[in-house]
Amino acid sequence: MSAVRSTSGPDAPATLEATAAELGVIETQALVVRYGTAAAVREVSLSIAERRITAIIGPSGCGKSTLLRALNRMNDFIPSVTIDGKILYRGLDLHGKDVDPVEVRRRIGMVFQKPNPFPKSIYRNVAWGPQINGLGAQLPGLVEDSLRKAALWDEVKDRLHDPATGLSGGQQQRLCIARALAMEPEVILMDEPCSALDPVSTARIEDLLFELRERYTIVIVTHNMQQAARVSDFTAFMEAGRLVEYGDTDRIFTKPRVPRTEEYVTGRFG
Amino acid sequence: MSHLAGGGRSQPARVDLRAGPTLRARRLKAQVFRWLCLALTLSALVFLGLLLFQVLRDAWGWLDWEFLTSFPSRRPERAGIKAALAGTLWLISFTALFSVPVGVAAALYLEEYARPGWLNTAIQINISNLAGVPSIVYGILGLVLFVRGIGLGKSVLSASLTMSLLVLPVIIIAAREAIRAVPQSLRQAAFALGATRWQTVRHHVLPSALPGILTGVILALSRAIGEAAPLIMTGALAYVAFVPRGPMDDFSALPIQIYNWSSRPQAEFHHLAAAGIVVLLLVLFAMNSVAVVLRQRGSR
Repeated sequence: MSAVRSTSGPDAPATLEATAAELGVIETQALVVRYGTAAAVREVSLSIAERRITAIIGPSGCGKSTLLRALNRMNDFIPSVTIDGKILYRGLDLHGKDVDPVEVRRRIGMVFQKPNPFPKSIYRNVAWGPQINGLGAQLPGLVEDSLRKAALWDEVKDRLHDPATGLSGGQQQRLCIARALAMEPEVILMDEPCSALDPVSTARIEDLLFELRERYTIVIVTHNMQQAARVSDFTAFMEAGRLVEYGDTDRIFTKPRVPRTEEYVTGRFG
Repeated sequence: MSHLAGGGRSQPARVDLRAGPTLRARRLKAQVFRWLCLALTLSALVFLGLLLFQVLRDAWGWLDWEFLTSFPSRRPERAGIKAALAGTLWLISFTALFSVPVGVAAALYLEEYARPGWLNTAIQINISNLAGVPSIVYGILGLVLFVRGIGLGKSVLSASLTMSLLVLPVIIIAAREAIRAVPQSLRQAAFALGATRWQTVRHHVLPSALPGILTGVILALSRAIGEAAPLIMTGALAYVAFVPRGPMDDFSALPIQIYNWSSRPQAEFHHLAAAGIVVLLLVLFAMNSVAVVLRQRGSR
């Protein structure tokens, strides 16, 4: 591994595809995220396109999850984390003085690696977010709508008040997506959402992603390259905290410009 | 066995799955350990059983409705536990009232809000130390601070406040454990939906931790119910012919009454003491049953 590291991609951030920059909702500028003194994300500059799916791929420990969690300030909960550089959300600095991280997370939702439904009913899982944020005017409709968008409604409509923990893993993950959708976010961050699921459940979530792309901006971290190739419009390849290459998914997988990217996407390491 | 010996390995069709000498030795050790554990468990139970048997035998014939509804008396056949039982119930209710909110709040602060660091570690070590301080020391503190210092006198209130100090470390430690056992993924799920720290704690962390917290609270209060030393210091009386009507009243308590009776020379009073012990055990039993029920309901 260390022998090939010398051939690693250029330190300067890769040039953005013009389209991604044009449609940018979130933009990181020379973003550095450190745990204590160890940098997990090193000077990453990246523009996330609106109503597109952006995949972040890379070997374990490359900083892709840390980067994702920086985008809705979930790293705030880890006391040792410090951040340099900028994250702009529609041009606004996410770490600006007048930015409340709670408001950030309301607009930029998140789905986690392992399904983590609340130990409450299916209905309460979806309704809770809107309720605490004072969006609870038409709750039952909103719950149904969110469950439909997450392609879960038909399976749970007769047992909305049963505990969510009784659902299968794949259903739980779709419930977590429905829960995020109920907040009517602009952006949804997904941290390896299928890594704890079987292939059939994974396929259902991928189908769902295609439908959601019409309305939402999605950033998905995945260690599954086929998944990135199947579902995403743009792909960012990271290694050792750096953004090695970023661009159109088709191009990244067929004509990567950086040799290191080619080695990774063709399965020669990682 | 003998016809397979030696040739067993060279004939792939024949497999010998019987335990060899080393496995037999390991098996033996496992068995010995198992029986050792059982014996130790039983020995604890035997002593407990003996104690219980003796107490029940002494209390037999003395524990009746009249015993529960009479005040203490110089004549043993007319003496009862009413004042002490009522005093204990008052005491434990007020102790719970003071110690539970403070203890749970302290645990929540330490687990959910405080940043890890030397201050947090120092507080943690001190709380653990406080849990081991002898109860008589708390009694002296209560006497100086509550009875005399802020002039609450010898009252249910003084004693309850003293008892609260005594059980607080135990409640804080138990509540912290329960709060820490709530999976981090649950908090993250709530935060990712735009919840504040308080909304996360109020709707998810506390409900999930509640069975554990309640179990800790009841165990702590069970300890308080049997304590006599702090009560002696803060002025519980052994001879009270009334039921407390308010937190500022004089009072007695079960351990005080039991201690008083058992130190009398007449044998009849020893029977009364035994009957008092049975009442105390029944109260404890009831509280622990509640803890078990709450825990089971919570784990469902």
